[in-house]
Order: sequence, then C-alpha cells, then structure tokens
Amino acid sequence: MDIPYTTTARPDTGLWNAKIGIWLFLASEVMLFGGLFSAYIFLRLDALPGYWPHGLLNVPVGTMNTAILIASSVTVVLAWAALKMRQFSRYKFYMGITIICGVIFLAVKLLYEWPDKFHHFGAYIRQDRVQKYEQYLGNQYLAERGLEPRYEITGHLHNEAALHDPNIHEYEIQLDQVNADPTNPASDRPHFLPLPKTDKIAHVAKADVQHAEMFVPKHNTFFATYFTVTGLHGLHVLGGVIVFTYFWLPIGANLYKRNPEHLANRVEVAGLFWHFVDLVWIFVFPLFYLL
Amino acid sequence: MDQTPPPAAAPDLVVHEDHGVHTDHDHDVSKHVKKYLIVGGLLIVFTALTVFLSYVDFGNSKANMAVGMLVATFKAGLVAGIFMHLSAERKLIYRILIFTALFVFALFWLTYLHWYDPVVR
Amino acid sequence: MDASTDLASHSHAAHDPHGHEGGHDHHELGFFRKYVFSTDHKVIGIQYAITGLIFLFFGFMLMMLMRWQLAFPGQALPVIGNFIGQLFGPGSMPDGKMGPDFYNSLGAMHGTIMIFLGIVPVAFAAFGNFVVPLQIGAPDMTFPKINMASYQAFFVGGVIMLISFFVPGGAAKGGWTSYTPLAVISDQGPGHHWFWNGQTLWLIGFILLITSSLLGAVNFITTIIQLRAKGLTWMRLPFFVWAQFITAFLLLLAFPPLEAAVVMQLMDRLGATSFFMPTGLVVNGAPLAISGGGSPILWQHLFWFLGHPEVYVLILPGMGIVAEILANNTRKPLWGYKSLVFSGLVLGFLSFIVWAHHMYLTGMGAVVSAFFQTTTVIISIPSVIILSAFFISLWGGSIRFNTPMLFATAFLPMFGIGGLTGIPLAFNSADLYLHDTYYVIAHFHYIVAPGTIFALFAGIYYWFPKATGRRMNEFWGKVHFWPSLICMNVIFLPMFLQGMLSMHRRWYDGGQGWTLANEKVWGLTGFQWNLPISIAAWTMGLAQIPFIINFFWSIKRGEKTDDNPWEATTLEWAAPSPPPHGNFAVTPVAYRGPYEYSLPGRPNDFTMQNEPISESDRRAYEAAAAAHH
Repeated sequence: MDIPYTTTARPDTGLWNAKIGIWLFLASEVMLFGGLFSAYIFLRLDALPGYWPHGLLNVPVGTMNTAILIASSVTVVLAWAALKMRQFSRYKFYMGITIICGVIFLAVKLLYEWPDKFHHFGAYIRQDRVQKYEQYLGNQYLAERGLEPRYEITGHLHNEAALHDPNIHEYEIQLDQVNADPTNPASDRPHFLPLPKTDKIAHVAKADVQHAEMFVPKHNTFFATYFTVTGLHGLHVLGGVIVFTYFWLPIGANLYKRNPEHLANRVEVAGLFWHFVDLVWIFVFPLFYLL
Repeated sequence: MDQTPPPAAAPDLVVHEDHGVHTDHDHDVSKHVKKYLIVGGLLIVFTALTVFLSYVDFGNSKANMAVGMLVATFKAGLVAGIFMHLSAERKLIYRILIFTALFVFALFWLTYLHWYDPVVR
Repeated sequence: MDASTDLASHSHAAHDPHGHEGGHDHHELGFFRKYVFSTDHKVIGIQYAITGLIFLFFGFMLMMLMRWQLAFPGQALPVIGNFIGQLFGPGSMPDGKMGPDFYNSLGAMHGTIMIFLGIVPVAFAAFGNFVVPLQIGAPDMTFPKINMASYQAFFVGGVIMLISFFVPGGAAKGGWTSYTPLAVISDQGPGHHWFWNGQTLWLIGFILLITSSLLGAVNFITTIIQLRAKGLTWMRLPFFVWAQFITAFLLLLAFPPLEAAVVMQLMDRLGATSFFMPTGLVVNGAPLAISGGGSPILWQHLFWFLGHPEVYVLILPGMGIVAEILANNTRKPLWGYKSLVFSGLVLGFLSFIVWAHHMYLTGMGAVVSAFFQTTTVIISIPSVIILSAFFISLWGGSIRFNTPMLFATAFLPMFGIGGLTGIPLAFNSADLYLHDTYYVIAHFHYIVAPGTIFALFAGIYYWFPKATGRRMNEFWGKVHFWPSLICMNVIFLPMFLQGMLSMHRRWYDGGQGWTLANEKVWGLTGFQWNLPISIAAWTMGLAQIPFIINFFWSIKRGEKTDDNPWEATTLEWAAPSPPPHGNFAVTPVAYRGPYEYSLPGRPNDFTMQNEPISESDRRAYEAAAAAHH
C-alpha cells in the first residue's frame, strides 16, 4: 500500500508529507520552549532584588559553544545540498562534521560547564544577618550606586564535609572576586573572562545562612531554570545527533543507493529540526549567559 | 451549496518527477551553498556582537534586554529564513507558523499582563 | 518505511494501492504485527477505542465509589467496602469507610482518567484514526509508524497512571489540575517512596500522554491536508473532518506549555527546585529546605493554557460526530455548513486566549480580568452558532430515530444547558461566588457527559457497521439510551442548586459541614441532594451494561449489513465493511459536497460524494443556484 506524496509534492500544497509533518512538530516545539521561556520571564520578574544572579556562567565557553552549534547548522545544510547535488562523499564529510560538532557541544556542557557549576558553592545570608557580612557583600556601596543588593557569598568550599555534618558550624569559603572585593567598581558588573578565585577565605556561620549548597538546580530559580532549559535543549541536541548518526552510518545512508531524493528529504527534515535546536540556543545563550 | 462539478476529464494529479517539486532544483542548490557560508559567517559575527553589546550599558535593564533580544531575533531570522528555507517556503507553512507565533506571543504577553496587573501589589 | 521506491513509476498511488513497488505487504502478517503492533489506522483506531472505553468505565467506577461517600458520609460501603480497602492499600478504606486521602485520589484520578485516558483517546484518536482517512478517501494516515508509536505512548502512560493506585500512598490526590505548591509537597515524606509515588507517576504518565497526543496531532493535520481525494476540496469536507482538524491544532499548540510545566513540577519534586514554590513555605511546622522564589500562579497559567483548549478538544469531535448523524438521519444537508466551519475555526483560535477565566480568584487586576472576560464571552458566540445550526438542521427533516440519532439529538439540549450555564462563569463577579462549587461541576459535566459522551455513543452505534460489517442491536440501544438520558439529568441538574448553595468541590463530607448548603431554598436543601444523585449515578452504571454486552456480542453475532446500512453520503461508506488494508480498491473521486441528501430528480434520497454528476443532477444544481439569487 502506497502513501501518496512521501517524496513528491502534492500539487495544490506544493509540499511533501514529511515537510509539513516536521514544521508542525517544530510548531509544537516552539510552544514547548515558549512555555519554558514564559517561566523564565515570570520567575525573573518575580525575583526580589539580589536573588537573580548575573555573571555566574562562563561566557567565553558559552560563546564558543554557540559558535560550534552555528557551524554545525552550516555544515548540515551543506550536507543536504551535497545530497541534492548527488555528491555522496561530500555529504558524508559535512554530516560527519555536523555530528562531531553536536558531540562537542554536549561534551562541553556535560563534562565542563555543568560539573563546574556543581563544584561552585554559594551561601545566601539571612536577611537579618546581612549587616554582619558587609565586608563580603558591600551593600552600602551598592546602594549608593543604585545597584542591586548582594546577599550571596560564593566561591570554592574548602570544608565540603560541612554540607552534611551537623557538627560543623561554619563554611570555609575561598572567595570569588566579587565577594573578596565587593566595593571595587570592577565588581559591579560581570566580566567577559571569568575571574579566578581569590586567596581570601571567609568563615560563614551556618546559623547566619538562609540556605547554602553548590550551584545545583535547587540553589535558586535562576539555576533551576538554567539547568532545566539547557537540559531539555541538550536532550534535543542528543536526539538530533542520534538521528544524524543513523543517516550517516550505512543503515541509513544506504537509502542513497535506492532513492537518493528520499534520503535528501529525510536529511532535510532532520536538518530542519537541527536548525530549530540552534535557534533555541540563540535565545538561551543571551538570556542566561549575558543578560 | 458548492456543487460545481469538476471537469469531465480528470487530469492525472502528479506530473512532476521527483526533482521537479522542491523549491530548489539541483542546479540551483550550488548557488545556495555560497549563501549558506555567508550567512554562517554573519551569524558568528553577530554572536560576537551579542556578547560585546551585553557589556554596554544602555541605561536600564529593560533597554539592555531589548537590545539583546533584538540581535537574537535577527540571528534567529537568518537561521529560519535561509537555513530553514522559510524565505522561499509555501503559504501553508507560513500559516501554521503565524498562528504559532501569535499563540506563543499570547502566552508571554498575557502571563506578563497578569503579573503586571494584580488587584493589590 | 513506506513504499514508492521505484522512481520510474508515478507517485500517485491510486492505481495500485497494493504496492508492487513496495512489496512488503503481500505476505500475511503475524498476529502481533496485525493486531498489536499494527500501523493500519483502522486497527489503531480500534485499539484506542477499546482501551479508551475501558478507561472510561474505570473512571466511572471511581466516581461511583465517590458517590457512596457523598451520599453516606463516614459509613462503611457494604459488601465490597473491605475488598476495595484491601485492593487499594491501607488507609484507603479502613473498615470499608472511605478515608479522605483516598476520596481525593478518586477525585483527581476520575478527572484525569476520564479526560486524558477516556475522552481524548476515544473522541479524537479512536474516531479520528478510524474515520478520517476513510472519509477523505485516503489509504491510511501519512505517518503510519508514528501513528503506532502514538498509541503505544498512550498505552504506557495509561498503565503508569493505573500503577499509581497501588504504590505506597496511593494515586495522585491534588486534583486533576495538580495545583502547586500542594502537588509538589504531596506524596512525599514518611510512608512514601521518593519516586514510586502517586503524584510523580501522574506527572510521568502525563508526559507520555502528551507525547501521544502530539504525535497524533501531527499525523491528523498532515493527513487531512495532503491525502484528500481528488475533488475533495476544503469546503466539501464532512464537518467531522473539520472538527478533527481543528482539534488536532488545539492539541498540537496547547499541550507543549503544559509539558514544560510538568517537567518543571517534576524538577520541583525530584530536584527540590522552586519553580512553583514560593518563599517562606512552612510544612508541618518546619520551613521547607528550598530556595523559594517560585510562583504557584505560573503553574496555573501553564496548566490552563492547555486546560482551556483541552475542553474544546473534548467537545469538537463530538460536534463533528453529531453533525454527521444529524445530516444522515434528517435526510437533508446540514444547515449553515460555512457557518459551522467558520465558527469552528474561530472557536479554535479564541480558545487560546481565554484561559485565565479559570484564574479569576488569583488576584487579577481590572485590566487583565477585563481582557479575559471579554474573550470568554466572545467565545460563546461560535458555540451558539454551531448549536443553532444543528437545531435548524432538524427543521423540515425526515427524521429517523435510530439509536445513533437518539443520542445525537439528545446531545443538542444537553450541550445547550452545559454551554449556557457557563456564561455566568465568564464574569469574574459571578465567578467569585461560583468558583470551585458544584455549579462548575454541573456546568462542565453537562457538556462532557450528556454532551460529548452521548456523541461518542452515537458515533459507536453509527460507525460500528463500518468497522465490523454488522449492526448493534437497536432494541438494546434504546434500553441503553433512555435510562442514561434520565440519569444524566438527575445527577447533574441538582448540582447547579448545590453549587448556588455554595457547596464546594472536592469536599470529602459532601457539604455537611457547610451551613449554607444546609439551608433550604425553595424547600430544597443542598447536600441532601447527594442521595438521589448517587442513586442516579449507580443506576446509570447499570444502564451501561446493555451497551457493553451489545457491543461485544454484535461483533460476532450482530445483524449483518451491507457497506452502507445508514444510506449515508460520505466517502467512508463507499469502502467495504470492514475496509481492507488500503481501504479502497480504487481511490474515490469526490464530485459533490458531503451531505447530498434528497437531491431533486432522483429516485433515492441520498447521493454519495463519489457519484459522478449526471445530467439531471447538473440541472438540479443549476436550478438550486438560480433559486439562491
């Protein structure tokens, strides 16, 4: 039994089935990420001053990952073009690069970016104890400059046992620049190049702390949203990589011998999905890393 | 009642061969390759611009956000228009996307409006 | 995947649907490939139908249990009480008396199961899958494998929902709406597993159900756009196809934000994030160890962004079914076809921008509340147009009251009551009082129960001969119909009164503890209506037994029919009963509209869509066109 219009277009619509199918699916994906972005908007608007952090993500690494994803978008469309021009080895070449780019993107995220956050510590000081830690927060200075207050002390946690041991009563934190020198104008805004941790150590009493943990999803709504959005996005990247690999390996690529146009169509459809994933990242990157 | 009968001799629905029905014909695709590379380069440039502009203060946070989103929208437009062939796509696809855009906009705007307009603040 | 690998052959499949090029369907498929892992839209449609009907019945039984507690609060359920208590674990029905948590679980799961495991699968997936390709003259859906995946996702999601009854703590109990922060903190702590608990399983099952609907929606829309037979223009489509088309768009675009929200709620439960958890929450005397900063209102927005289009998903296929049956049994075309289509499209569009009328009590200011009140009132207009067109369609008809027609006709006033009683709820001033009362329950049940479910029954009796080649028994159909109609009204009509007496939803004691519900209005007391309502509910359960027996018995022993027992005009009746794989031996061509009944100058009172135009037909059309000018 033949389903019409799988590879040829229906005259009045000018489209073949999978093309419509993928655009419909992408429309639903727009709504999916739209739902997540509306959560971002709502939570960011609702965040009290000082509770939506800035400058905690690695901008150079994020920029590089953005460039890698853009490059893979270029290579996937070149792969498709090669199929349309019946240049099979060229197709394999460009598709291979696309897959590698996707894998690199995921590797950077899962092997560097996320673990880096999971080892970065932050303690929110209780509102009634903020004055006590003024030397690390600099709120008087910030108020004079009309900037948002600071309630968090961040850095590398020297005594990790403090996280689980109730008998340890304070955190020993090797401070980030922004807490080591809070009244320095250079600390007002995030830097492009991430600043190294200072040598300064702060001792923060657990009793003075609202809550403290590593930069994990539960740390604040920023990280909750960041990990959820990049996690879901990453799953989509993984899905794309798997599909591309299927079309690169003989199991999928052999369709070229039977019906090259059919393979071109399927690669085009997968490519549309990939471009959408790139498109989402184009918004995720500034919203989380920069703004 | 729309009861105009179709023509007596029903023409065969599909006349084209497979390569004739896509928006790009084989010989056209090679022309497009150059375009893809140029757009790819543009996207990298605009990414750098996005990063640079994020360190420029435009007055208030709303303005900073607007600039960032404007650049992002432009980049997204390039990806959608050129890489995803949307600039040469069929009406049907546009219609699907227009409604999607409207509804996602409604989701953003009305949720924001609810936040913006409470009974008491 | 699909055939058509031979480039030399034309790609239009009309001339050889048995695919010599494909070559994979000449051998007989084994039992599993034919009935379990089938990619044939008819098999998938029937799978959805049977699974969905079983879930509908299960959800109905949950309600019947609840009605015991409401009619006899605190009393032990005789005979089966202890058995149910043992079945659903300690705490559910100790000594046969319903525990409050169990009551809440029943309520939450009744709603979830009826909507997402019952009505959507049957109305959209089952009827849509079976009928739509046939009605448009197609050999199958455009993506048969995705179709199969869609059913499997639904099935697994449903199983997960069922399993949730039997984990420690029982099934989800935060309402089918799972409002946060309650839904986040429920089913956690001592006596609960961190993962195998009701609410978490509800969330995971939901993701699968949403996935299933999204895959189905993509299939339906693409199929209707691409696989319409020659001559079947958009304005010649049966209204049923239009209804399914619009419904598919609603599912496609409205479900994903809820999927995002479900993921976020899972993060809140499993990752202790605070998407929906406000700052300063204290549970059982201890502040929660979370960051706070989240928003419970955000969940409501994302939930109702789906929730409102969802109710149109529940009604539109029913309207489509009723349209087909009305035209068929009045032996005349539907009145106002263009109005119906246009109203359906406007209804679909508007349904996306009315959702916050479910949130009038969240502290909305004047501007945002005025916006939603306006759009909500406007959306009643297309509904009224559709219902009016249906009523007018009856006028001057030569009506045959067979079982499908009985259910379809009853749909009209029942949906009318349901729809009209929604209008006070559109205004935030009235809703201030009626929100979360039994008034709301009565309103939406009138639409879904004697509304949509009656339409589903109508559709089952109507299309049963196409699927099986046999009819269901007419006498037992009427025995099914009359008690169901009467019981529906005895159940839901008094609930309007209870609601106006301020009896709240989800109250475990049936309103006893609320003074207002005890007051007499016109000699009637709120909560004491619970007893007749419950009795009517149990009677309605009994009334379904003839239907169930009739359904299964007729599959093998029903009266045999020909391909078109109802003498209907739409394309599905041109296929054999039951249609083979590929549906049509020769792809039909449509020459006329879908409801050519009682065409002048003909001996029979119906003309099928695929019948070529004769000279006398042409003259009749020209005369009709001239008469319109």
